[in-house]
Amino acid sequence: MFQPLNSAAQLGYRTVFNLFEWPMARAQRLVGIRRVAWLFLLPNLLIFGLFTFLPIILNVFYATTGSDAILLSQRPYVGAENFSSLLSCTDYLDPNSCRRDVFWRAVYNTGWFVVLQVGFMVLFSLITALILNRDIPLKGFFRGVFFYPVLLSPVVVALIWKWILQRYGVFNAGLEGMGFASVDWLTDADWAFFWIIFVSIWAHMGFYTLILLAGLQSIPSDVYEAAEMDGASRWRVFAKITMPLLMPTMVVVLVLSLIRAVQAFDEIFVLTGGGPGSATTLILQYIYETGFASRPQLFGLAAAASILMAVVLLVLTLLQLRATRSQAEG
Amino acid sequence: MVKSLFLAATAAASCLTLSPALAQTVELRFQCYQDGTECQTWGEEIKKFEAANPDIKVTIDEVPYKAILESLPVQLAGGSGPDIARVSDLGGLARYMLDLRPYLKDADYWEKNYGDELKWTRINGEGDNGIYNLPDQLTITGPFVNKTLFDQAGVEMPGDKATWDDWAKASTEVAKKTGTPYPMAMDRSGHRFAGPAISYGAMYFDDSGKPITVDDGFRAFAEKFVQWNKDGTMAKDVWAGSGGATYQDASQEFINATLVFYMSGSWQVARFGNEIGDAFDWEVVPPPCGPVACTGIPGGASIVGFKHTKHPEAVAKLLDFMAQEDVYADFIGKTQAIPANKTLQEKGVDYPGAPENVKRALAVFTKSARQLSDRAFAFQGYKNNRAIMNATVARLTQAIVGESTLDEALKRINADVNEAVQASSDTK
Amino acid sequence: MVWSFISRTRGRDRFDVTDWLTWGYLIFGIALMFGPVLWVAMSSFKTEAALSEYPPSFLPLAPQTAMVKGYDKPLPLYEITGGEHKGEVLAQIRRIGLNAQMVDPQNPGERINVKIGDRTPKREFAMAWGNYTKLFQRFDFMRYFWNSVFITVVATIITVIFNSMAAFALAKYKFRGRTTVFVLIIATLMIPPTINLVPIYLVVNELGLVNTPWGVIWPAVATPTGVFLLRQYMLTIPDDLLDAARMDHASEWRVYWRIVLPLAAPAIAVLVIFSVMWRWNEFLWPLIVLTRSEEFTLQLALNAFQGDLQTSWSGILAMTVLTLLPITIVFALLQKNITAGIAQSGVK
Repeated sequence: MFQPLNSAAQLGYRTVFNLFEWPMARAQRLVGIRRVAWLFLLPNLLIFGLFTFLPIILNVFYATTGSDAILLSQRPYVGAENFSSLLSCTDYLDPNSCRRDVFWRAVYNTGWFVVLQVGFMVLFSLITALILNRDIPLKGFFRGVFFYPVLLSPVVVALIWKWILQRYGVFNAGLEGMGFASVDWLTDADWAFFWIIFVSIWAHMGFYTLILLAGLQSIPSDVYEAAEMDGASRWRVFAKITMPLLMPTMVVVLVLSLIRAVQAFDEIFVLTGGGPGSATTLILQYIYETGFASRPQLFGLAAAASILMAVVLLVLTLLQLRATRSQAEG
Repeated sequence: MVKSLFLAATAAASCLTLSPALAQTVELRFQCYQDGTECQTWGEEIKKFEAANPDIKVTIDEVPYKAILESLPVQLAGGSGPDIARVSDLGGLARYMLDLRPYLKDADYWEKNYGDELKWTRINGEGDNGIYNLPDQLTITGPFVNKTLFDQAGVEMPGDKATWDDWAKASTEVAKKTGTPYPMAMDRSGHRFAGPAISYGAMYFDDSGKPITVDDGFRAFAEKFVQWNKDGTMAKDVWAGSGGATYQDASQEFINATLVFYMSGSWQVARFGNEIGDAFDWEVVPPPCGPVACTGIPGGASIVGFKHTKHPEAVAKLLDFMAQEDVYADFIGKTQAIPANKTLQEKGVDYPGAPENVKRALAVFTKSARQLSDRAFAFQGYKNNRAIMNATVARLTQAIVGESTLDEALKRINADVNEAVQASSDTK
Repeated sequence: MVWSFISRTRGRDRFDVTDWLTWGYLIFGIALMFGPVLWVAMSSFKTEAALSEYPPSFLPLAPQTAMVKGYDKPLPLYEITGGEHKGEVLAQIRRIGLNAQMVDPQNPGERINVKIGDRTPKREFAMAWGNYTKLFQRFDFMRYFWNSVFITVVATIITVIFNSMAAFALAKYKFRGRTTVFVLIIATLMIPPTINLVPIYLVVNELGLVNTPWGVIWPAVATPTGVFLLRQYMLTIPDDLLDAARMDHASEWRVYWRIVLPLAAPAIAVLVIFSVMWRWNEFLWPLIVLTRSEEFTLQLALNAFQGDLQTSWSGILAMTVLTLLPITIVFALLQKNITAGIAQSGVK
């Protein structure tokens, strides 16, 4: 069935190779073998510079100017005012004492969200991967089952669950049908926070499960056989063999899931709108609302918040990189 | 020489005969969002326009409301964007709008029929008499009542001049007697909130245009509203269920007859007509009274042209076509909306195929459109109204869910609004 | 022994408690993962009125009607739950206040008065195909579909090539500035593009890419995640292989394209899946860059059902199912390859 597709793909693959071989070989001779690495980096860096770095620099200009004008030429310079207003608090632990109370609530919410979401997701991915790694029939099918939600767009995921959890959703209908009182799943602050974590785990778990499964399968079976011969208990085998050998995969999973968690936005925005109040407002939503959804659009404040966020993230990434250096360097 | 003259002449002649169809076809882009079927209905009307004006072609780009609200301003600031758009943030986009007056044959017709709404986009001070927007439908906020529940409970419906307290008392009694979960609900929107607030005496801004968001009237209704949310008179889910300034309605509750009194607006009529059908009797009642007034708030969308268009005449021609009474009436009739057109308001619009209760409800709204308080009308045209409405929703919700006290929330509303006003006046 | 089942692959020689737990978990998983999607699919066949209903029904139901002699239009049928006619099925002529005038379809002569609380509507299974036909009338569906496919495919191909080239350079060469470049890329790994929307728009606008598919494609292709993933994987490819090829006077391009790329296939499969998902599901950015309907993607059409004051759920649900369908079919066909691809990659 895929025969013609396959050969077409191969043909394409070869054509692209031929197309670029001559110019790339020329270029290689031109720059010399020592600098050929830059040749390979060039396209990516070019795009990167244009659509990532340049905007970040522009953002600095936005952050230091005021008013609601979009064009930089129309914005008056205000210095660090946007930053100082974000950071002005009498007590950093009490958002109510801050000038930007919602910003600080969002900061704390994001912190909790990242810790809980990543923690539980890795845990459940691991359990699922261990189960899928057992000798069960229909393995491929079950892998597909857990992976399927990963394919859904965040907006669709949120709409689906909003539908289920709303006051008049199936979940409450089911509860009432069984004689329980219905619960305000999305209007009670604690429940709402629970559900944003649950839903984002539901949507992304499958991907990490597969990566962990791959890691499990790459552990050679003779290691286990040796352990069995020694009569090690299963728990011991898991703790002393499986986990350590799984560590490199775990690092990738942690890095990727942390990135996703920090960037969580669409799903939560559609699911709870950041509510009740600001109980599920995350930092990205704060930035988005200040800069886009509100009137007038306070681009400067949004840019300042995003720069603060970027700096914190950068520090965290570098710390993480240092901590996992051995794995990252392979 | 003769030959070339001849060639030029034929070329000129052929231009003259064929040009309207071929050489000078003007293409207009119309960015449209819709709540019901507005874009399709305009599409049908515009087909007639294109038939009459073969040199103008209009392409309708149907976009999410989000695109109008969030990306259109960015595009316009960057000097791009459509020629025409259907927008709701009139004050915010007014500086990009095209003044149609120089291109209109009969500007007086516009003044006479759309005069009140035209003021909403005149941001250039006293002498501004530009015609910038065609209000393609007027919306009026007002309450829907489930009459069947009142009948079942045997409670008399409060009359025409009933106050908010009367309605709250009656709805609570009905809910209690019929076992209905929610006595009252109001859309999560600062716009809906503004009607009762003005009825309680809120001024929102002074004569010089400076905002005075939180005054005694505003505070009085805010206190009442937060209290009602806390004690269950108002369906708490609606406001407490979201964050920021996110919009949330309670139509599902009303359709399912779990809500007695629902403060929403005229755009719900068509939907309720369709979805409630014969399940129960519902009615639109005049807005309840506060100590100062009994008013709702007008609102709605407008069709506007933009300054950067290369074909201002064509834009004006199209908008003028849309503004004509027969076309406009047809559009309003098909979309089951309230006309902004004064002549039509007096004459009444025929809503073909609409059930009786829908027609009745639309008639009540049309009537209350003419009885709005001046302050309510002015508020809709006030340039900082979005900032005020957003702050109202976000901060009052915090008071409702207990993230802050009402006093703090009111203080924050003032701070938010002042900051927003500051930002929009800072532009170089 | 809760822990016993997590230790490693076990044979099926006996069905012990761990097997029970395994199967319980898997069946719960099916329900949890597929249930919501299935429910949305069913709901997309409901009419707008049925969607507002509570409690909701799983199957799309429509009121059952019957033609009764003497009436022009079909009358809705009700089951009587109380009063003297309890248990009968009657047709309703009209409702006046709290009472309904009803008639027995078998005996149309006699009118019966029933309290409205004493009846429930009879309903039958009926699919509202109108939700779907409406879509095709309203949107140039095939065009949006093509735009989505074009953006997804082209962006993915470019992403894979650019990212893998960069990853190759970072993984297999030692040069001054390597660490700087890597840290620079890693640094932006965590910065969501959403927060740079306005500046990116200004750049795209300057380049004249607004309202072209390239305005969506170019800003998206230099993904730091892709570079990171591929670099980590390429580190595991032994240098000897590369050096052997270089001995045979292979150009660096040949080394990259003929040796490194095929060996990195599993990791590339992961990136392809990522990229396809991102581009296919992207909404916020196309919303800003694309304003002309001939350039719209499916996600934009999906969101066009959200108005200022009202949301057309029947439209959204039907459109959701339609946007899900292609990706589900591709996934079902290639399920083995995709999951096995990720599994083999053993991303390290």
